[in-house]
Amino acid sequence: MKRFNSFNLFKPGSTALILSLIIFTIIEALIITRVINPYIQTILSLAGIVAISALGLNLIYGYSGQFSLGHAAFYGIGAYTSALVTCLIPKTGFLAFPLGLTAGVFASGIIALLIGLPILRLKSDYLGIATLGFGMIMNVLFKNSHRVIPIMGGASGMRGIARLTSFPWVFCFLLLAVIVVRNLVYSGFGRALLSIREDELASESVGINATKYKTISFVTGCMLAGLAGGLYAHLYSYLNPDNFDFLKSIDVLLIVVIGGMGSISGTVLAAIGWALLLEGLRVILPSGIQEWRMVVYPLLLIIFMLVKPSGAMGGTEFNFLKPEEYRR
Amino acid sequence: MRNLTVLILTLGLGLAILSCGPGNVIKVGVVAPLTGDVKTFGESTVNGIMLAIEEANRAGGVNGKQIKLFISDDKNDPTEAANAGGKLIELDGVVAIIGSVSTKCSLPLADKCQVARIPMITPTSTNPKVTVTDDGRHKEFIFRACFTDSFQGVVAARFAIDSLKAKTAAIMFDVGNDYSRGLADYFKRFFEAAGGKVVAYESYQKDDVDFSALLTKIKQQKPDLVFLPDYYNKVGLIVKQAYQLGLVTRFLGGDGWDSPAMLEIAGKEVAGSYFVNHYSADDPRPEVQNWVNKYQARYGQKPDAFATLGYDAGLLLIAALKNAPNAKPDEIREALSKIRDYPCVSGTITFDEFGNPIKLATIIQYTETGQRFVTSFAP
Repeated sequence: MKRFNSFNLFKPGSTALILSLIIFTIIEALIITRVINPYIQTILSLAGIVAISALGLNLIYGYSGQFSLGHAAFYGIGAYTSALVTCLIPKTGFLAFPLGLTAGVFASGIIALLIGLPILRLKSDYLGIATLGFGMIMNVLFKNSHRVIPIMGGASGMRGIARLTSFPWVFCFLLLAVIVVRNLVYSGFGRALLSIREDELASESVGINATKYKTISFVTGCMLAGLAGGLYAHLYSYLNPDNFDFLKSIDVLLIVVIGGMGSISGTVLAAIGWALLLEGLRVILPSGIQEWRMVVYPLLLIIFMLVKPSGAMGGTEFNFLKPEEYRR
Repeated sequence: MRNLTVLILTLGLGLAILSCGPGNVIKVGVVAPLTGDVKTFGESTVNGIMLAIEEANRAGGVNGKQIKLFISDDKNDPTEAANAGGKLIELDGVVAIIGSVSTKCSLPLADKCQVARIPMITPTSTNPKVTVTDDGRHKEFIFRACFTDSFQGVVAARFAIDSLKAKTAAIMFDVGNDYSRGLADYFKRFFEAAGGKVVAYESYQKDDVDFSALLTKIKQQKPDLVFLPDYYNKVGLIVKQAYQLGLVTRFLGGDGWDSPAMLEIAGKEVAGSYFVNHYSADDPRPEVQNWVNKYQARYGQKPDAFATLGYDAGLLLIAALKNAPNAKPDEIREALSKIRDYPCVSGTITFDEFGNPIKLATIIQYTETGQRFVTSFAP
């Protein structure tokens, strides 16, 4: 199998490094000069968080073709776990947040492994229903969580989580998520995923251990969701089980499809576009017709799908994200 | 594609220009669910708020300034509520916010307002935690127009002793539901403090449908009344089963009983039972009848509790604005906390030290065909 120069995405002088530095500097400068107020900063952070979670689902659905409707549940597991950790050990200061996030990531990962092993045998719609079922179970668990751990609040929600997430954190983790997904995809591992997506039986026949690859991609994707959840919990400082029901899974699914299945740049663009569109409509529409936001937004979805059914990037990638031998 | 972009941009620009108002206004934000699962609650609430503000503006505004409402939808989603609050505070520069309807949206919104030091009045969220921190301090910028769960428990206990002359009571509640458990707890405390005796204090689970064991136990104690603080669907089941077991007594409950579906589920058995509510359109007090007529003239239907509490929240804010000549958030907060005996539709309101109103509660009785206003009183 061909070896890729995958780990030099951020080598000195590369477009990716320069571009991310420029974007970060501009946004930070605007934040410091108060041009970007806390509201816009929250929305930008939310956009980044959604992008991280969507990159996870992109790995599962876009690259490996495993239809999951339970993504929000893993997002929730990450959110609740990391919030619990930072609430229970607030004295560790600066370390609490990274510790909490790590705990969230691994909780999501471990549960994804336990769930993934049995249900990843299923295909397409059937897998979708199984993951949907898992999502519902997690939702019920979140709603009754206060019986076991009172501070989780059950259906009335978990309050008083420290507000630790800021834009730089989100930005760094988004870069990390891009690197992880990109390096996975442009490797022998990624090629195997693509072949499983196209035809699982044929891949098995050339010696690819489909179960192993599917499970690894599912677990990695869910860990990214867990990371996003942890960042979310510490951005809004309040968690409610309703934030992690299957409708939220649909939102992420929608972003992956709109961005173009199996495209990192597409997913990130679509996630940011999605968050900014929803909030932008809130700002643009005058007070009297706010309910039209939920009309305009679906309409734009329909129009977009008619105009560009393959998604924003249509399965392609920005050149700078690809290894050199793939660039045109 | 390019034409489409141009069209969208033009539309956006046009709307942005339209939404800019004159300079001498007081900007007030409203957060309510205008889409999503409780859309009707949100619409009623916003109708009530708008009516209050329109009246004030027609009467010349507050201190010569017109009030401009900035309404934002939260879809009954906590994240959206926080975002909506952020948008109103940071982009529109509102000086106060009225919202939101459900507790799960009001909690994050209250956090946002408290941090940004913007006064907020929730019209309808009854959970005590909205205005109070976990360690029991008042979030000093947060107020509410409705009474809390604990207040309802007190009112029910008072009514049971003073008007129903009950000496013994049995209590049944859903152990997994904050609302139900809270009401049961407060009722027990105040009923016993007022000299009553609680002969049975029984809990059940959310998914239980057979209550015969509990009801048989209660029947042996022969209580003067049974306090049932739960939502109408569960109450209906329990009341029906109680009568089948021959436990013929009076039932008493909270605002969760208020639903047209109650009579369908419980049937005639619920007739004669009482519950505490925020307001009744049949209340003969002139303030209420005046309000019902006004609302009917404007919207063509009778106001429900949400519309009434929205209107009251609007009245409270206007009252505070009158005492805040510069309309600065700190001034408004100060003025709100000093409100004493202010006449609103749902009663004369005084804020206690936790931003909760002390006011009238309404007692309603179910009849075989509907609801009957019994009385309204302050505990």
